[in-house]
Amino acid sequence: MGAAASTGGKASAGWIGLAPAALSAALFVWFASLAPSIADGETLRVAWSWAPSLGVSLSFLVDGLSLTFALLISGIGALVFLYSNTYLAGHPQFGRFALFLTAFMLAMLGLVLADNLIALFVFWELTTVTSYLLIGFGHETAKGRRSALQALFVTGAGALALLAGFILLGFTAGSFELSEILAQGDALKDHALYLPILILILAGAFTKSAQFPFHFWLPNAMAAPTPVSAFLHSATMVKAGVYLMARLHPGFSGTDAWLWTLTVAGAFTAVFASLMALRQTDLKQALAYTTLMALGTLTLLLGQDSGYAMTAFATFLIVHSLYKASLFLMVGCIDHATGTREAGLLGGLARAMPVTCFAAALAALSMAGFPPFLGFIGKELKYAGALAVGSEPILVAGAMLAANALMFAVAGVVAFKPFWRPAGGPLPHAPHEAPWPMLAGPVLLAVLGAVFGLYPDLLQRTLVDPTVASLLGTTEDAKTLQLWAGVNLPLILSVATVALGLALYLAHGPIRAALARAVEAAPGFDAGWDRFLDGLKAFAAWQTRLIQTGVLRTYIFATFATVLVGLAGTMAAKGVWPAAPDLSLANWRTVALVALIVAGALLTAVTTSRIAAMASLGVVGIGVAMIFITFGAPDVAITQLLVETLVVVLAAVALLRLPVLDKPGERDRRPRDAVLALGVGAVVTAILLLVLETPLDRRLTDFFETASWPEAYGRNIVNVILVDFRALDTFGEVAVVMIAGLAAYALLRTTAERRETTAEKGEGK
Amino acid sequence: MSWLLAASIALPFLTAVLAFLFRAGPAGRRISVAGNAALLAAAVALMAETLREGVIAGQVGEWAAPFGITLVADLLSAVMVVITAITALAVSVYALADIGERAERLGYHALFNVLIAGVCGAFLTGDLFNLYVWFEVMLISSFGLLILGGSKAQIDGGVKYVALNMISTILFLSGVGLLYGMTGTLNMADLARTVPELEDQGLVTLIAMMFMIAFGVKAAVFPLFFWLPASYHTPAFSVSAVFAGLLTKVGVYALIRMFTLVFDGDVGFTHQILLWVAALTMLTGVLGAAAQNDIRRILSFHIVSQIGYMIMGLALLTPLALAGAVFYLVHHIIVKANLFLIAGVAERVAGSTELSRIGGLYKSAPLLAVLFLIPAFSLAGFPPLSGFWAKYILVAAAIEIEGWVIAAVALVVGLLTIYSMTKIWAEAFWKPHPEGLEPALTRLPPGDRARLLAPVAALAGLTLVIGFFPEPFVAFAERAAGQLLDPTAYMTAVLGAAS
Repeated sequence: MGAAASTGGKASAGWIGLAPAALSAALFVWFASLAPSIADGETLRVAWSWAPSLGVSLSFLVDGLSLTFALLISGIGALVFLYSNTYLAGHPQFGRFALFLTAFMLAMLGLVLADNLIALFVFWELTTVTSYLLIGFGHETAKGRRSALQALFVTGAGALALLAGFILLGFTAGSFELSEILAQGDALKDHALYLPILILILAGAFTKSAQFPFHFWLPNAMAAPTPVSAFLHSATMVKAGVYLMARLHPGFSGTDAWLWTLTVAGAFTAVFASLMALRQTDLKQALAYTTLMALGTLTLLLGQDSGYAMTAFATFLIVHSLYKASLFLMVGCIDHATGTREAGLLGGLARAMPVTCFAAALAALSMAGFPPFLGFIGKELKYAGALAVGSEPILVAGAMLAANALMFAVAGVVAFKPFWRPAGGPLPHAPHEAPWPMLAGPVLLAVLGAVFGLYPDLLQRTLVDPTVASLLGTTEDAKTLQLWAGVNLPLILSVATVALGLALYLAHGPIRAALARAVEAAPGFDAGWDRFLDGLKAFAAWQTRLIQTGVLRTYIFATFATVLVGLAGTMAAKGVWPAAPDLSLANWRTVALVALIVAGALLTAVTTSRIAAMASLGVVGIGVAMIFITFGAPDVAITQLLVETLVVVLAAVALLRLPVLDKPGERDRRPRDAVLALGVGAVVTAILLLVLETPLDRRLTDFFETASWPEAYGRNIVNVILVDFRALDTFGEVAVVMIAGLAAYALLRTTAERRETTAEKGEGK
Repeated sequence: MSWLLAASIALPFLTAVLAFLFRAGPAGRRISVAGNAALLAAAVALMAETLREGVIAGQVGEWAAPFGITLVADLLSAVMVVITAITALAVSVYALADIGERAERLGYHALFNVLIAGVCGAFLTGDLFNLYVWFEVMLISSFGLLILGGSKAQIDGGVKYVALNMISTILFLSGVGLLYGMTGTLNMADLARTVPELEDQGLVTLIAMMFMIAFGVKAAVFPLFFWLPASYHTPAFSVSAVFAGLLTKVGVYALIRMFTLVFDGDVGFTHQILLWVAALTMLTGVLGAAAQNDIRRILSFHIVSQIGYMIMGLALLTPLALAGAVFYLVHHIIVKANLFLIAGVAERVAGSTELSRIGGLYKSAPLLAVLFLIPAFSLAGFPPLSGFWAKYILVAAAIEIEGWVIAAVALVVGLLTIYSMTKIWAEAFWKPHPEGLEPALTRLPPGDRARLLAPVAALAGLTLVIGFFPEPFVAFAERAAGQLLDPTAYMTAVLGAAS
């Protein structure tokens, strides 16, 4: 993918680089063309089978909710592509950047349109992966790599919970199609597995949408280039969690668990994030925290089910995407033009960058919630929604007020100060106006915020009402978007917001310093991440040292210990014990032979001389051969004798050249080894005795005896078995011998050659 | 059509002999490639036959079962042989540029192809003792391949490998002897018939445990996997790729075969143990990987971890879970072998597989970056790659029967797998090279480039195909699982309708 595209290099930032923008624009137009019929209450569903055995289909559903998201994704996408074509012009990795960003946009569209849970998950993870690759665009810095991993790990962890939740939901509901699941009404809420499913799915949604305490990855994700921050980490991808909660709202909302989890998490995230936003000096970081605030607010609204809350959700979703993408792109323009994003340095840009200044002002006014911008309407609705909360409306409205006032102050810091106050220090570059492709996006989005504010009807019927219908099942409860709703409580709150916000803005210097001190003192989540990773690494290293010691001796001990525990444990669990063996066949000869074998084995184990060990092992082998003779199997005994002699002689020749066996410290381990060896021996003996208790089935032996001469034309049954009945075994064993010879030859050759080469490290860690 | 069964074993042997005879020149390696292409053709024909006919069996030397040795192919065996042939072909092409003349003169191609013969034999045999023989063939030829380079690390790894595998072998052989003593037969289908009729089922469970431990060593499960991380990072890349793809999977196959066909009488005991083994194998393996800083060592520990997933499928023993195990086997072999091959290219281009000593591959070798991302993210279970479906089926199977703990373990291990795959990515690909090198693929000689990258690209392509078009593979795995859970067809094919 990246390979082909990246070779384009500089050229790719030309007209070809606009292809993604054209694609997005075309998609936007197509989605827009669907809007009238969706507004009329229709839904569009298409499905292809993908893995029907697993209940997975590529089914897509266009309704009010998904259409709103799709329009935001493709529309803002088109502007962001246009922007980045200039912003990153000439960058050697522009090709892969454009590719990843296009892939992201398609995945994001898939996510919001998918009707099948697993398909949704697939797109969900695709956005995670593309986000990872895009955050890592600045991959040569450790910070960039760290941020990318953090985002991937946190959202990836949530995604795994989400997958479990989806599977559980699919099995519980009997379908993986969202439209079928949600059509079941309240059945889900009454199900015993409702709570586990909810927790698992919310884990996915909260990590993706950076709700407290999973919020810390999002500010770090600003390591990505600005268009990425604007598109993924503000306007679209981070809203995937919000989208999912909205999508599941009809089937899941209304319970206490839903209400309180979303309300508390959302409210806390919103207030906490807006405080943190005021603390930042990097404009982009400040915006990142305001995104968190918006996500918290949207989550909070989704916790409710009043018509006001849902209308507020739909409106604020659009408002936020418009002004936030505009502001991010505006910050990118400033960065591009001046070489810095530090609030302390920037100033007096209004003269040099008038168009940027214009866009920033419009977007910031919408963000601050001034009339006649859409942000004002959104804010009024949010207050109305908060006041409609069944329990604790004061608390929710209070949180909203605090967050909105802080937003007001941040809007001033980000979009007013850099343009109008005197410069705080020398700028890296002399400021100049950004080129038009970089201005088109911020200006258009900011102007739309004003247009929709003045003509809210444009949104009402096309997007807001259909979205509310997706959430509540009907448009009846959708509230009217209007600039002037009379003097009511929301309006009073608005006035309070402006007053409080203005005060906060004027005092933001001292507040910032105080916040900075407080944050320094408090344990940070970001530092916690490092501790988590260090802990994980340390634990992994510890357990690996414990298991993989690098010493063969401990490996062999552990393996035999497993044998002993496994077999003895099974004997105990199953209560199988051998009866006392029948010793009637024992006579002085067999007893003497057994004693000889035991003595040989003992000597092998305790001697420190290799030659003595080989010799005593030979005694064991010959003892076994003698037993074969005693019990009337001379042919087997001869084979055994031959093999034994050969092995002893060959091994002795080889081993003679090696040092003695006794190593320091080895003696201490002897008792432990002896216990294990005796244990394994005892268990195997017990099993053997048990098997001997069962009668022998002689079917095969009988067949070999009768068939050997008439059918296989051989009188020596052992020979016939080897070369005819079981010839394939013999063939395999012949191969083993041949290959053993080959391997031995290779080993000898290489050890001879190796004398000159330097020593290399072994398994050691 | 039983000659197809024999062909899949005979062809690699023939290839080995011919390649050995012509080992002095380039002919040897070409014979290896051609032989493995022929093997692939035979394997595909065999699979087509099993798809059409169901289970097919052939009696070696026309000695009727259970008196002679039976070769059998059901869908599982057939797909394992196909995947073996694919791996073997890919690796034999890669070896053209990876294996030096010295190793070739010492018989590399013979050792390699005998190993493949052993693997195919193990998948196709219907006889327990014969399975033991194929294990021996594999053990000795893999030992030869391990120590072929003759470095101290290789011999150290080789000795550990052989010593620990010998314990498995002895235990396996003892188990075969004892089982024969109890039933008087070695034929697996015949065992499936006679073992349930034995009076002392407690003893059967005890013998089953012997096999579980013996095969557990081969499959590298916890706590028996020591030999694998001790040896897999040492040999030539071609060798570690084929080991990584195939060797442990023969152990997994043997476990699946014996614990669905013969030892399924006390599932509450044996398969419960397998489930714990699976969980611990997944966890210890993935943590081991997290502690490593060398690409091949990371990948080696990941093999262990993923064996856990396959054992999980066997332990749950539902149709979906077994299908998951089969799917996982196929996916894993392709992906794992490929990652080792890619590690080899990375070493050739960037100078090492030690993560602290390399970097910059993303910038200057984007093609390699793409080729790495596909198997690496597949291994990490990202959709829509093959590993996602494998993980999804197994987790779904666990959730289906409310196996919450094992499902949670499988998911958490998936997350940790992401961690170590991205570690390789961040260090080897993203980070700038510590010596300021720009490791481009052009550093490879042009001929070598194609020979190294073509197999990598082909295997990556397969991963994509499985990922994007999972349905036929899932359906196949479900059919294979059905055959495993109801071995009537298997037994009839081997023993005849009379049984």
